[in-house]
Amino acid sequence: MSNTDQLIVAGIRLKSRLFAGTAGYPNQQVMLDALEASGAELVTVSIRRISLEGYAESIVDLLGGKYRLLPNTSGCVTARDAILTAELAREALDTNWVKLELIGDRETLYPDVEQLVHAADELVRKGFVVLPYCNDDPVTCQKLADVGCATVMPLGSLIGSGMGIANPAGIELICSRSPVPVVLDAGIGTASDAAFAMELGCDAVLLNTAISRSLDPRRMAAAMRAAVEGGRLARLAGRIPKRNFAEPSSPQLGLVGS
Amino acid sequence: MTRLRINGVEAEIAVSTIAELLVQRGIDPGAKFLAVAVNGEVVKRTEWPDATLRAGDDVEIVRPLQGG
Repeated sequence: MSNTDQLIVAGIRLKSRLFAGTAGYPNQQVMLDALEASGAELVTVSIRRISLEGYAESIVDLLGGKYRLLPNTSGCVTARDAILTAELAREALDTNWVKLELIGDRETLYPDVEQLVHAADELVRKGFVVLPYCNDDPVTCQKLADVGCATVMPLGSLIGSGMGIANPAGIELICSRSPVPVVLDAGIGTASDAAFAMELGCDAVLLNTAISRSLDPRRMAAAMRAAVEGGRLARLAGRIPKRNFAEPSSPQLGLVGS
Repeated sequence: MTRLRINGVEAEIAVSTIAELLVQRGIDPGAKFLAVAVNGEVVKRTEWPDATLRAGDDVEIVRPLQGG
């Protein structure tokens, strides 16, 4: 990718448009190798109650300072819990960045939009850089941008579903109107989904399960990296319009036998 | 003995500060990447040695884990 095409979030230049999760890998070494292969700079972690049996090696030690951490508020169902989780993450990790997740339904993990906007507003006021996981709805995305979110992160499809981008027209619409970077979050199943997100105009892709639960996470991570870069280049290059009929690519003059 | 709620579990514990609670629970207060909240408010690491716990306090002790 050329140096002139860089993603800037909250004033920070990110070298990769692929944001990667750290959960669900077969083991820690595969996770580390896959993250390396993905080229991701921003990686997500969760914040959880410590085991009262004692302190074990932290994921942060494992990551060894090579990545910019994005703590999430996954699993939170109230604005209050999400805000406290973000504040605990800031204290534990010394970062004011947070992937804000506010779940409205345990089965689909769909965001609770009302509480999401409220929590985002409050976290921005408290000095956080807020990257909200949200619905693929331009109005919700606009509201989140209006309260000061650094990005919007609409879902492609349900978290962990691998169903790809269920509403491409909606994602494209969000991208065309968003005043902040758009990160396609959730639902990516394979490399073509990631490339498609970038072709639709997304500024970045956040994914986890598509890599970690693939048969070969190291290879899938490399595939995702290539897909995000390829999709971005295609977006910048500008695709040809779709036509209903064929248009020959070879010259029409001088045909043999004409 | 002080009756506390620690990570959602009720416990009777003979400690008076957050730092003492961590030690009593086998957690090194100097360990990196820990955070503590009492009654929904984050207590900064520098305050752990002096932050007094009272009966009924709701304590959360967290750290980062794998996540998506």
